[in-house]
Amino acid sequence: MATPANSMRSTASKVGYWVDQRLPISSFWRDHMSQYYAAKNLNFWYFFGSLSLLVLVIQLVSGIFLTMHYKPDAAQAFASVEYIMRDVPFGWLIRYIHSTGASAFFLVVYLHMFRAMLYGSYRSPRELIWIFGMLIYLVLMAEAFMGYVLPWGQMSYWGAQVIISLFGAIPDLGIISGDALVEWIRGDFTVSDATLNRFFALHVVALPLALVMLVLLHITALHQVGSNNPDGIEIKKNKDATGKPVDGIAFHPYYTVKDLVGVGVFLTLFAFIIFFAPDGGGLLLEHDNFVPANPLVTPAHIKPVWYFTPFFAILKAVPDKLGGVIVMGAAVMVLFFLPWLDRSPVKSIRYKGWLSKLALALFVISFVRLGMLGMGEGTPAQLLESQIWTIVYFGYFVSLLFIPRLEKTKPVPERVTTSH
Amino acid sequence: MNKQHHSNDLRRATANRLLGLLLLAGLGLGSGAALAAGGSDLLSVDINVKDKAALQRGVRTFNDYCLGCHGADYMRYKRIASDLGYAEDQVETRLLPPGREMADALKSAITPEDAQELFGAVPPNLSLSARSRGADWLYTYMLAFYPDDTTASGWNNLVFPNAAMPHAMWELQGIQEQADAHDSADDGGDHGHADITDSFELVEAGLQSPEEYRQTVKDLVTFMVYLSEPAQLKRAAIGPWAILFLVLFSVLAWVLKKEYWRDVH
Repeated sequence: MATPANSMRSTASKVGYWVDQRLPISSFWRDHMSQYYAAKNLNFWYFFGSLSLLVLVIQLVSGIFLTMHYKPDAAQAFASVEYIMRDVPFGWLIRYIHSTGASAFFLVVYLHMFRAMLYGSYRSPRELIWIFGMLIYLVLMAEAFMGYVLPWGQMSYWGAQVIISLFGAIPDLGIISGDALVEWIRGDFTVSDATLNRFFALHVVALPLALVMLVLLHITALHQVGSNNPDGIEIKKNKDATGKPVDGIAFHPYYTVKDLVGVGVFLTLFAFIIFFAPDGGGLLLEHDNFVPANPLVTPAHIKPVWYFTPFFAILKAVPDKLGGVIVMGAAVMVLFFLPWLDRSPVKSIRYKGWLSKLALALFVISFVRLGMLGMGEGTPAQLLESQIWTIVYFGYFVSLLFIPRLEKTKPVPERVTTSH
Repeated sequence: MNKQHHSNDLRRATANRLLGLLLLAGLGLGSGAALAAGGSDLLSVDINVKDKAALQRGVRTFNDYCLGCHGADYMRYKRIASDLGYAEDQVETRLLPPGREMADALKSAITPEDAQELFGAVPPNLSLSARSRGADWLYTYMLAFYPDDTTASGWNNLVFPNAAMPHAMWELQGIQEQADAHDSADDGGDHGHADITDSFELVEAGLQSPEEYRQTVKDLVTFMVYLSEPAQLKRAAIGPWAILFLVLFSVLAWVLKKEYWRDVH
């Protein structure tokens, strides 16, 4: 007795079968969702991976709509942003989603990176995941910097001026010189329409493409070895008869539904900023950037947005320009080497000694404090403090080499620990 | 085993608390004085951008005293009519200059070239002044004009010294002169209440009393805050609903998670 519903279902399954023979949909779903096992004790810190992906999608989608109305032209850019804010239906919402999203991206990425440092997620066999993650971070910094130039306000203009001129610190090496490099990046003798145009191209096409590809590599590498967990132990070493890790649970539905809670809470906070404090008291949208770019008037106090200020403080802490650029670059690049600097016999902070905890705490304080100092006006006292915290920042990476010799680690359990 | 677990948990909790304390201490360190960026002596004004009556008074002042030289080029007459609760014909008769359309922007009455000639500078587009300068700055600025023979315009301003702008609203405020500057500087007493306008003395009364003038300026600033971001009225209206939806969504997701995770031990 073939009811219409039955025959429809069988048609659907036939089509599904036909497609699945030709495209690995069901095996992909199994490998990455329904039979991808993650430790059952992933805690709060593990929300920020999926949230980073969410913010990436938010930025891509809101960015597409902004591109429909924005004009990458030095004479029209500023006014086109105000046109979006005032005349495009819900343009203000899209713009605030995008501008708040930029800050949110860095916030969740910083917390995501902190999680890796907390539980040693970068350690073998996950070094490549960390490397791809760091590349994502680098591209994200370029993406954010170039995006900030597009509204063509005073801070856009002068921020670009200052950051690009850093490349000018490179001495004349014959085949390349700092000055030639700066000119090449700007496409002009000064930050101008040419600069705006190329930054637009990089911001909306090249860098997002690179970001998406790197994210795919990041997740592919993650799914090859499996997620770490707060205990820093390998759940794949302990499997049941069917080959499923004893301490693992399927990513779908357990972590999809759990991450959904994280998404809800995150979006609530996100919406709060967008609707009630979109400029974040000048922290997310700077006051000076509501003045159109003017090459003849230098703002009294040029500073980057909050997510760059820790590195900006390090740059200013070094009295020499080239030296500052090198030290600032090193502050970012040293993170790439974390998997090999950390020599502790255990991965997770839970089983390291108090020295490790102190070192990580000081590292976090130095980063946050440098971020605050980077927003300051650069008084001698702030400069001195920046120098101290810069030493603390780098000291963390040196300490990783020595602490394992000095501290006794705790025994790592065989099975993951759960709170219930 | 259990006991060891327990003591491990305890130690971890202590370590976590220590970490938290350290973080707090580090952040607190010098965060106050060292980073405070130039504590200003601006007056602070409490702006309620939802006050339609204030906005309507403000737009009239803006129209009568600002638009002569300044523009608000990103704002359209049409938008003002709908946001401020005017009928379009009210705006047409009261605000719209002859020959302009309701969809036109609030342009200055004089050309940039004429303004350059007259003031030596082109008066800035005021659309975003409240976002770049802040309401307090605008409010104090409009209260801080005084006559000065040494400037081209014959006026000077305590908040923005040597600005090219003359006091456009002097007939309302009257003329105030700086009282002997030594008086306030040398008394050595409590400067806690030092008010930038305290040093002024009204030497010629205006059409409005000092209180009325302050109200006029406050209304004007209210309008300019609205002008800088007309969407803020919509933000405030939609925001609570968006957040309510997301809170309900989160609660639902949490209940769903609870249900799914019942079989995880």
